[in-house]
Amino acid sequence: MPARRAAMVEVTLVDAVRLALGRAMAEDDKVLVLGEDVGVDGGVFRATEGLFATFGADRVIDTPLSEALFTGLAVGLAAQGFRPVVEFQFMGFMAPAIDQVMAHASRIRTRTRGRLSCPIVLRAPYGGGIGAPEHHSESFEAMFAHIPGARVVIPSSPAHAYGLLLAAIRDPDPVVFLEPKRRYRAQKQTIEDDGRALPLDMCFVLREGGGLTFVTWGAMVAEVLSVADTLAAEGIDAAVIDVATLKPLDAATILESVAVTGRCVIVHEAPLSGGWGAEIAARLADEGLVSLLAPIKRVAGYDTVMPLPRLEHLYLPGESRIMAAARQVLSY
Amino acid sequence: MTTVARFSIDCHRVLDADGRVVGAMPAFGDDRALVAALYRSMVLTRTFDAKAVSLQRTGRLGTYASSLGQEAVGAALGSAMRPTDILLPSFREQGAMLARGVTMTEILGYWGGDERGSDFAGPRDDFPVCVPVGSHAPHAAGVALAFQLGGEDRVAVCVLGDGATSKGDTYEAMNFAGVRKLPVVFVANNNQWAISVPRAAQSAAATLAQKAIAAGFHGEQVDGNDVIAMKDRLDGALAAARSGEGPVLVEALTYRLSDHTTADDAGRYRDDAEVSARWKSEPIARLRRYMTDRSWWSKADEEGLLADCGTAVEAAAAEYLALAAPPPAHMFDYLHETLPAAFADQRAALLSETEPADAGTARGDG
Repeated sequence: MPARRAAMVEVTLVDAVRLALGRAMAEDDKVLVLGEDVGVDGGVFRATEGLFATFGADRVIDTPLSEALFTGLAVGLAAQGFRPVVEFQFMGFMAPAIDQVMAHASRIRTRTRGRLSCPIVLRAPYGGGIGAPEHHSESFEAMFAHIPGARVVIPSSPAHAYGLLLAAIRDPDPVVFLEPKRRYRAQKQTIEDDGRALPLDMCFVLREGGGLTFVTWGAMVAEVLSVADTLAAEGIDAAVIDVATLKPLDAATILESVAVTGRCVIVHEAPLSGGWGAEIAARLADEGLVSLLAPIKRVAGYDTVMPLPRLEHLYLPGESRIMAAARQVLSY
Repeated sequence: MTTVARFSIDCHRVLDADGRVVGAMPAFGDDRALVAALYRSMVLTRTFDAKAVSLQRTGRLGTYASSLGQEAVGAALGSAMRPTDILLPSFREQGAMLARGVTMTEILGYWGGDERGSDFAGPRDDFPVCVPVGSHAPHAAGVALAFQLGGEDRVAVCVLGDGATSKGDTYEAMNFAGVRKLPVVFVANNNQWAISVPRAAQSAAATLAQKAIAAGFHGEQVDGNDVIAMKDRLDGALAAARSGEGPVLVEALTYRLSDHTTADDAGRYRDDAEVSARWKSEPIARLRRYMTDRSWWSKADEEGLLADCGTAVEAAAAEYLALAAPPPAHMFDYLHETLPAAFADQRAALLSETEPADAGTARGDG
């Protein structure tokens, strides 16, 4: 790549996704985008807007409405050297694709002892908070994180979306890339469209602190940072860890922080039981028990069906629930 | 009322069950060497299946799906496909795999519980056996899309069973293949039984071939126990797909003379009389009759072939039985291209449980 300095741009999270897609397609002609309405229409959230005009119908491929099909297409394309980036319109519609991820994408390298591989990215907007219809607000990241061979990556900001999506596309193995759609247009950041990726497989410590460790990801990062600000005003320094890559889990960074703070609150909007917070809590109990000064608390969605918009604000962990858990842990 | 669409489905056959010519004989039917090669391929498959079943029965192989009575499909595929084409097989297509250059040792290795069996030394781009029924059909469409995008002169061939035609995956793949006119041939090996579910309970459609019509491309039936007809029709389907005419669905009418797998007992749901009757139309005897009627094949040829196949199969079985277990580290070493640091401890724990001698430390040590 020429050493030309890229322009600084002020972008939202969805803009950053689009920039990263464009950058990846420009630098590698094996990168394809496929999914429903990703072409002329530019995707339901406009994440692929302009890509069709720039790269044409052979690189930005509209598929029929069949999630299992286009996930399987990506497996076949990848086996022949392409690097497909598949867009799902909403995570709630990913269920038909789980079979392809479990049965094929995540294991074709193992099954063929490296003869075939599957460098694909499955992108989906996920999570609640935008008043969307039924099946449009789910968070079942733990179901993918449970699958050996699959990576699960979740950005929390425009800069992370840009850098992590580039890393996911360049990764030689399948990545489920979940975009917190509540944050799609909630924040602008100035980033440099320089093609620089952020590292996968590691947490980001967004805020250092010695009094308490928050562990979270996706849209909950913003809520947690706000709670940390409130605590800071009270003289309590809370560390905030954005897990970013849920699987493989960078437990070391979390353990390191909890070794200092002795207190941990894990926040996610997916249902409590069997959520990825349970895995993190188990790792802390297993490897960090001697550091703990208080029980590990999880603040999560309830074990209910994701409610329709009139009740979703009660389902989603908000600042008051997060703060209550923090106070409980701090006062233990 | 206006009729806006009509369709018909043809069924192709060249040799009847007694080896008599009842249809238009393609030119290659006079090619003694080619016909003998098809015969050899079928006999090798049957010999191999018998050995695999016997290895399973004696506790030396895992569950195995024999293709007894369906050998013509694989032999015809092996002959019709080019080496550069890609096969995406179901779990009962060892005949086609062998004809493509997958070794008997590799196939036994896979069914004997060793992933290295799918690291084919021969057809490097072919897909491994697909166990979840029909879930490989979208891969075939993806491979064909890759060929189309790359302007490559290659065809993807997806073989699936009658049961798989009831899966959404299969239809979704055919639908997209039709839309894009992809270079893919779907072969529905209709052996009449999906474990205990007979063809009549699988679909009310008069033929499985007509499922192609809904996807907007050509479908046809072929007597799948007639290797001459199968090769002829597959030659045509592959040529059409290769030249940009789009996909073809070939429904091969066969019959599963064996149990579903070695874990199955077809006597629980299928009449012996039906099976006995179907033995009369199996593919090998009819081609032998065709060859002997032309004085192309002698008793000595037959005995020589059986001996050769037996020797090859026994040698492969011996090689398979002598294979050391795969290095345990391979469980981790092929999970991702590079093992994520997060799993290093688990890998070390696994290795600490195994003898140093067979632990393995790097790729390629098996």
